[in-house]
Amino acid sequence: MSVTTVPQQQEQENYLTAGYSLQSWFLTYDHKRIAWLYLASITAMFFIGGIFAALMRLELMTPASDLFEPDNYNKLFTMHGIVMVFFFIIPAVPAVLGNFLLPLMLGAKDVAFPKLNLLSWYVYIAGATFTIYTIVAGGVDTGWTFYTPYSTSSSQTHVVPVVLGLFITGFSSILTGLNFMVTIHRMRAPGLTWFRLPLMVWSLYATSIIQILGTPVIAVTLMMAGLEKIFKLGIFDPALGGDPVLFQHLFWFYSHPAVYIMIVPGMGVINEVVTCFSRRSIFGYRAIAFANVGFVIFSFVVWGHHMIVAGQSVYSALIFSILSYLVGIFSAIKVFNWTATMYKGSISYDTPMLYVFGFQGLFLIGGLTGLFLSALGFDVHVHDTYFVVAHFHYVMVGGLVMAFMAGIHFWWPKMTGKMYPESIAKFAMILVFSGFNLTFFPQFVLGYLGMPRRYASYTDEFQLLNIMSTAGGSVLGLGFTLGVVYMVWSLFYGKAVNSNPWKATGLEWEKASSPPIVENFHETPIVTEDPYNYANRDFIKDFPQELSKEVNARA
Amino acid sequence: MPVHSDHAAGHHPALAHHFQDLDQQKDTTWLAMWVFLATEIMFFGGLFLAYVIYRSTYPDAFAIASNALDVKMGLGNTFVLIISSFTMAMSVYSAQVGKKTNLIAFLILTLILGGTFLGVKYFEYKDKFEHGLVPGRHFDFASHHDPKTGAAIEHGASSSSHGESSHSETGDKKPLREIQIFFSLYFAMTGLHAFHMIIGAGLLIWLIGLSAKNTFSKEYNSPVELVGLYWHFVDIVWIFLFPLLYLIGRHHH
Repeated sequence: MSVTTVPQQQEQENYLTAGYSLQSWFLTYDHKRIAWLYLASITAMFFIGGIFAALMRLELMTPASDLFEPDNYNKLFTMHGIVMVFFFIIPAVPAVLGNFLLPLMLGAKDVAFPKLNLLSWYVYIAGATFTIYTIVAGGVDTGWTFYTPYSTSSSQTHVVPVVLGLFITGFSSILTGLNFMVTIHRMRAPGLTWFRLPLMVWSLYATSIIQILGTPVIAVTLMMAGLEKIFKLGIFDPALGGDPVLFQHLFWFYSHPAVYIMIVPGMGVINEVVTCFSRRSIFGYRAIAFANVGFVIFSFVVWGHHMIVAGQSVYSALIFSILSYLVGIFSAIKVFNWTATMYKGSISYDTPMLYVFGFQGLFLIGGLTGLFLSALGFDVHVHDTYFVVAHFHYVMVGGLVMAFMAGIHFWWPKMTGKMYPESIAKFAMILVFSGFNLTFFPQFVLGYLGMPRRYASYTDEFQLLNIMSTAGGSVLGLGFTLGVVYMVWSLFYGKAVNSNPWKATGLEWEKASSPPIVENFHETPIVTEDPYNYANRDFIKDFPQELSKEVNARA
Repeated sequence: MPVHSDHAAGHHPALAHHFQDLDQQKDTTWLAMWVFLATEIMFFGGLFLAYVIYRSTYPDAFAIASNALDVKMGLGNTFVLIISSFTMAMSVYSAQVGKKTNLIAFLILTLILGGTFLGVKYFEYKDKFEHGLVPGRHFDFASHHDPKTGAAIEHGASSSSHGESSHSETGDKKPLREIQIFFSLYFAMTGLHAFHMIIGAGLLIWLIGLSAKNTFSKEYNSPVELVGLYWHFVDIVWIFLFPLLYLIGRHHH
């Protein structure tokens, strides 16, 4: 009889079963539930952005602009960029995995400001509402960069509501960053020193700094652009004495660091997954931790490489070129250290690890082509071509989305207490990986051959590569759709797991149940060792079962 | 909703469930406020950058435009704000030593001074609206000054000639545009500052309500201290805005 009472007790306590009403979800202060609110929202936005991408790829199957008018095509790529950048990639890892994991990894009951955390989500939704309104009302055609004076003087589309929406969304990002940063400083469990933090936490910390320092600048920039559009202020409009290049400086002062808001937390995920499935401690912990700091610093001094042909002086271009090369150092530290972590590791090929391999390969291609683009001469040659499109998709999608998929699979048992179906997941991973390469690799070739971006039509010789790209896009879409289907399926029919199915280290695995209780831990954990201490764990026989017994006994 | 499972009896009522003690809670909120003020610096920073760039690109137009501002009102407001910073500091002190009556009195004084600032701002804005100094379609600087010298600014002089037309005749259209940029930045910067003042006034009213309900004591007064920090920050922004917009370049003419 006593055996059956244990799971019942656990059932009563976990955060998912703590309440079933709508109110218990939409007015929750629990960081774990807020993570779910974000997960649902960003998944919806991902598919909205994906639909725009699919429509663009359909148009580009033929050289003529036959499916959409060029004006409508402009709206498609603009909305694709806006939705994907601001509403999916930027919040994906921090707002979903970060929200769920940060207090668990720190041994805290919650983030420092739970109400602010919920507010961030509502602010995000308010911003998303304006963007969706814009889509319904007829779209925007400026490109996601809103370059002036086109956006403020010429464009007849709905610039003001979408700019207002992004202005609002920016505050969601700022509030999350502020909350995380303060949480990391003040809410760590006893014994959890800075150099015992999981590297995921270091990544979130670095991301928070960029969010805090960068996002206010784009907020005020978009505010000025919006006011200029309404009142004809003249700050950016050369016809009124303003300077359009100033807009680009202010825009990229945020939007380049934003690339690191996207990729750095993804790299944090890779640290956790690669150590677990190699059964080894991370190689070069401090080097990786400090590489995050390097990213923060350099993210703010390389914005000018977006403006090499925008009218800045050749000396500025040269300096930004040199600084851009230096970013490669920090990426290289991480990629080499992950590879070194795998070396002589005991690697298992579960889905999260497959995504790590995918990440390594794709990010490598994205990063190396970044070095090409740092070279002034080459950059001028491929400026605004599909080479650039392919490069940033390899970094953002190949990097961030692969890392996000790795993370969501890795922590899915912790979030839900259920395991996803492994073989289908592996199949979906192969679809995503091959679909991705088929979509974007031809675009490197297209760009090198001279096909410009943002055009609905092209000359005949580019058609074969474009058809390949579109075909790859459909495989990619199929892979992601399959992912959502089996994840939702596993919520209801997945196999129940114990607290630590991967036998991973970290407070979230070793001290919390799956799914965790409302206040995360039964008692505040005390940390006595460095992270990723996998070597130590192998001495304990049947370690996970022992642990779950211990957790259940305490409950 | 979080379950307060291990909430030991005797905890301070203001202590949130996820903190160990009041000290940790206070440290956390202080750090958050400083980080928030860092974001505010970056937020205003974009506008200051735009100001610096246009001031150095169009020094003459900015000097002419800045002469059209009312220094007396700006100076008066500067004093009002500095005094309000003092009364705010006194509220924080009163909260720390636990003197409730003084706390409420100083908060109300601060609120009145903040209100005075906004009142003066209202009359300043009204003046600009009446004299066509608001950027946009109806911007009309020409009737207020002589394009040749750029010196004599006659408020209330009802010139029948419209700004745009008189300027196109003298071929002096460009400075007008540049002057308009000054006023764009003037309204953006002072408007954003005034918006922060309004938020601050709301926070003061909230604090007065809490004080009346005996929320604050020697042990727990961080909300007063944090609003104090915010209030001082907003004052400091004005300390930069006033010379930049009203004073620099006046000697030009």
